[in-house]
Amino acid sequence: MIISVASGKGGTGKTTVATNLALALGEQVELLDCDVEEPNADLFLKPLISRTEKVETPIPLVDGEKCTGCGKCAEICRFNAITVVGKKVLVFPELCHSCGGCMLVCPEGAISETGRELGTISFGHRNGIGFINGRLRVGEAMSPPLIRKVRAAADPNLVTIIDAPPGTSCPVIAAMNGADFILMVTEPTPFGLHDLRLAVEAVRVLNIPCGLVINRADIGDLQVFAYAESERVPILMTIPFDRRIAEIYSRSQVLVEEIPEWRRQFFDLYGRIEAFTKSWRRTKQCAN
Amino acid sequence: MRELIILSGKGGTGKTSLTAAFASLAENSVLCDADVDAADLHLLMQPQIRQRSDFMGGSKAVINPSLCTGCGTCIDLCRFDGISDRFQVDAIRCEGCGVCVDFCPEKAIDFPVQRCGEWYISDTRFGPMVHARLGIAEENSGKLVSLIRRRSRQLAEESGQDLIITDGPPGIGCPVIASLGGATALVIVTEPTVSGLHDMERVVDLAAHFKVPGMACINKYDLNPEMTEAIEQLAVRRNIAVLGRIPFDPVFTRSMVEGKNIFEYGERTALHVQVEKIWDKIIHSPSMNPLGIVDFKATIR
Repeated sequence: MIISVASGKGGTGKTTVATNLALALGEQVELLDCDVEEPNADLFLKPLISRTEKVETPIPLVDGEKCTGCGKCAEICRFNAITVVGKKVLVFPELCHSCGGCMLVCPEGAISETGRELGTISFGHRNGIGFINGRLRVGEAMSPPLIRKVRAAADPNLVTIIDAPPGTSCPVIAAMNGADFILMVTEPTPFGLHDLRLAVEAVRVLNIPCGLVINRADIGDLQVFAYAESERVPILMTIPFDRRIAEIYSRSQVLVEEIPEWRRQFFDLYGRIEAFTKSWRRTKQCAN
Repeated sequence: MRELIILSGKGGTGKTSLTAAFASLAENSVLCDADVDAADLHLLMQPQIRQRSDFMGGSKAVINPSLCTGCGTCIDLCRFDGISDRFQVDAIRCEGCGVCVDFCPEKAIDFPVQRCGEWYISDTRFGPMVHARLGIAEENSGKLVSLIRRRSRQLAEESGQDLIITDGPPGIGCPVIASLGGATALVIVTEPTVSGLHDMERVVDLAAHFKVPGMACINKYDLNPEMTEAIEQLAVRRNIAVLGRIPFDPVFTRSMVEGKNIFEYGERTALHVQVEKIWDKIIHSPSMNPLGIVDFKATIR
């Protein structure tokens, strides 16, 4: 079971929900922090990190001896990451998407590959909970390749909970694609709803079932509840606005430990996700 | 021409609400919403769209089944697992590199340019606004950010405005990098949480690369006064001017529900006075001098 926790709008409580859900399950679970631009889950889970590895993406390395300056590499590159000036080849590593086209097309076999650092990936655990996070190198523009590496490192035998980045573009898609369920965390405000709509559209493109957690459920207005009903997105949990909760969060503490009745709530949330995913699959099988 | 960029690192700290408040205090400015994949500023601005344009991003591969012989070259060469065993391209996974297009021995793969979104020039009650909507699940958000920033500049030049206020995206990735280059100054809106501090530090590291002058304000400061102190200390260490503290106030949400900024909602309170003071500090800071002379003394370190 892979559950990806997403939102559209930032700051709605994705990390709160992802970490508390993992802690409430307590075992046979792995938390993946895929918000690699701003990874925060470790601040709350406080795992023991056992190892950290550098993650690289391949970029071309041109052998000046073999290169004839024919320009085929620059011609094939759609990202303007390699260019030929006179007889000299220039590589712009930060623009390279690692497709390998230049290396394939070079008639002289003058191009091999070296690496550009995307960031790091760390592995750890807390009690029975596995933890993996990606941390994008400051200055690196492309987060999806690092997100995919974090996803690939997950143990398929465990329940995977993914803390996704905000937005609706390629990084979020990398954190949601292939999940069994998307848990959307929103707040009942015009911004929250607007970005939720976009995020739900993205989920529909991926054809994955999704449900809602409405955080700070008593601020704002009621529009999100009407939206959920009309779009048939189930509301699986609501969290009221409570200054205590905001303060617990501000100190990077977790709800299930500071206010124990939330442990049950998050445990039940998992049950509802499981039930909904099963019935969604059954309906889909019948439809096929 | 001065361009002020509002960033935060962490999402949901109040960038857009404050951008809208600043827009109502600024005179003669152009607004730019650079948070193209979850743009919200228009919800407070109700822009009247004057001009609508397509945003053409990269291309994606499409296999023509009548020409495909199923040789498998494309599958072997694609590094993004973008082609299925049945020779169909997964548009979500396709990176747009065109390797399969160029190496297909049958020339059976098309590579049409994609319409990745839309961008707009609009009028609002506080002046012109340039904004965009990136298509669902699309790439190239950095390219779109660069495009709308460029158009904001053109628009400002044409209409004689000398200030652009840009609402930036969260994070530190490609759209943020595209927002920072060439900006006059940066305002970081953060919140007094461990995450807020952590995320601010990363965006500050990024801004230091770009040598942009920085200022910071702490929203909802009273949720955790100790963290507020820690953030202010970080700001001082990194040569970032501290603009002030904004209390937690439900007026932000209430005005948002009505599609207004805080100055258009309810009675004037201490909150409004505080936000005015912060704007005053921003607009009169040496980095924001009207001549646009780069203030090297104020760049983030």
